[in-house]
Amino acid sequence: MDEIFHMGGYAFYVWSAYGAAFAVIVALVWHSVADYRAQTRLAETLEKAAGGRVRRAAHLERETGEDAS
Amino acid sequence: MAAMNSPTALQRFHAYANPARFMALSSRLVAPLWILSVLVLGAGLWFALFDSPPDYQQGETVRIMYVHVPSAWLSMFGYGVMAFASAVGLVFRHPLSDVCAKSAAPIGASFTFLALLTGSLWGQPMWGTWWEWDARMTSVLILFFLYLGYIALWATIEEPVRAARAAAVLALVGAINIPIIRYSVVWWNTLHQPASVFRMDGPSIAPAMLLPLGLMGVGFTLLFITLLLVRMRAEVMRRRVRNLRLATAGAAAEG
Amino acid sequence: MMRAFLALLARDLRLAVRLGGGGGMAVFFFLIVISLLPLGIGPDRALLAKVAPGMLWVALLLAALLTLDRLFQADYEDGSLDLLTMGPLPLELVVVAKAVGHWLTTGLPLVVAAPLLGVLLNLPGEAYPPMMAAMLIGTPALSFLGAIGAALTVGIRRGGLLASLLVLPFYIPVLIFGVGAADAAAGGFSGEAGRQSLLLLGAVALASLVLGPLGGAAALRANLR
Repeated sequence: MDEIFHMGGYAFYVWSAYGAAFAVIVALVWHSVADYRAQTRLAETLEKAAGGRVRRAAHLERETGEDAS
Repeated sequence: MAAMNSPTALQRFHAYANPARFMALSSRLVAPLWILSVLVLGAGLWFALFDSPPDYQQGETVRIMYVHVPSAWLSMFGYGVMAFASAVGLVFRHPLSDVCAKSAAPIGASFTFLALLTGSLWGQPMWGTWWEWDARMTSVLILFFLYLGYIALWATIEEPVRAARAAAVLALVGAINIPIIRYSVVWWNTLHQPASVFRMDGPSIAPAMLLPLGLMGVGFTLLFITLLLVRMRAEVMRRRVRNLRLATAGAAAEG
Repeated sequence: MMRAFLALLARDLRLAVRLGGGGGMAVFFFLIVISLLPLGIGPDRALLAKVAPGMLWVALLLAALLTLDRLFQADYEDGSLDLLTMGPLPLELVVVAKAVGHWLTTGLPLVVAAPLLGVLLNLPGEAYPPMMAAMLIGTPALSFLGAIGAALTVGIRRGGLLASLLVLPFYIPVLIFGVGAADAAAGGFSGEAGRQSLLLLGAVALASLVLGPLGGAAALRANLR
């Protein structure tokens, strides 16, 4: 096991590379998932708060606003 | 009359039916993809760190290759996905492809950064320098700049449809320019004949190294696809939030 | 169509002359950056001569970037850009007219100023002709590629900085081949490299003459709906 951590004297470089890869990937995964969760929650609360009437209005808005978008 | 109606019907199909279908389909795909990515990456890591031989020239540092090469691959793959989705978005006006292009950019940029970082960590023990202005590293650095510019353009234009078009034009101009930039960098590099510090094609890859490299490559690609799906889903939700907000504001103004 | 094109070009040139700014400011910036260089790296004449072609090109790129936001921004703000998109001229030709106007008012003055600044940097005599040739070939590419960046950022507040960031990577081939020509003459490399880099620079310039109007027009369409 020691041998593996030692990496033939190159421990710093090898483990830094793997550590950096791990950190970047974890950050990317965390950011993506957190963003998805936040947006979903936001959409749900907005839909609930708006209720059916405004959702119909949203639909209308989209239909009339189609040329502008 | 029917002919007048059909384009709006088509537009509505493009705008709403497909994102809804995408959300339904992707929600079933995400969990299996996570599991598959983790499994393949785990197996790849096992072989990369514990069950593969050191290189006869580079020793243990060759293990950096197993994260460096897949990252470099994803840096190009990511731009390819982005450019392809941008082209589809420009031609067919398909909102999902805009979402795809936008979501691919930060992932591609992250792996480009990772490729530069691990390359630097590999370069220091092998060539004795953190950074070498060789053709490959220089062009990856420029690719990183292209990613950053693309992300910055998306971030600056507020209105999503307009931002998508402009960003798509940028991605495509970049895709056309990448070969030219790459060629010019190679030409420049051969002109300033480097003191031949190193040759990248030096170590021939032993068969025992192909297994971890292949596994890590597949694992990274699976991870990319999974992340892309998650980010696309987040983006679709973000647009839904935007539409809801606009609608509430509109209703409040009317009411 | 030709008449509309020339009218647009003439209008741009008249505006540039009347309002000043643009080209003159770019040349001034060019001069200041080049003057800062010896202050930064020391007055060693041999060293200055060695870095002169590269520094002249880098400073020229930056000076050209500085004026990119003038390409479409003013026309966007006063609404004439909307008129132009509806006019008889295809948007691609509008971009060509704008880029040519930008080159005449910015690129050309910079090229004229370059040899004077070369003297300040102790540029070897034999490097002047190829450097001037390279700059004459290369600066139109800067204007045409810059038009893409300017069109992409039209209507964005403080879009000039973003345009620079977007466009700079596309300027790299121009920089490399442009410096190559002058460096070859200054004795850095064999003579063949100089001729080759001029040819390659020409190829890049021609490609940008096509890409600039196409990309610029597409970007304007995206931003002006």
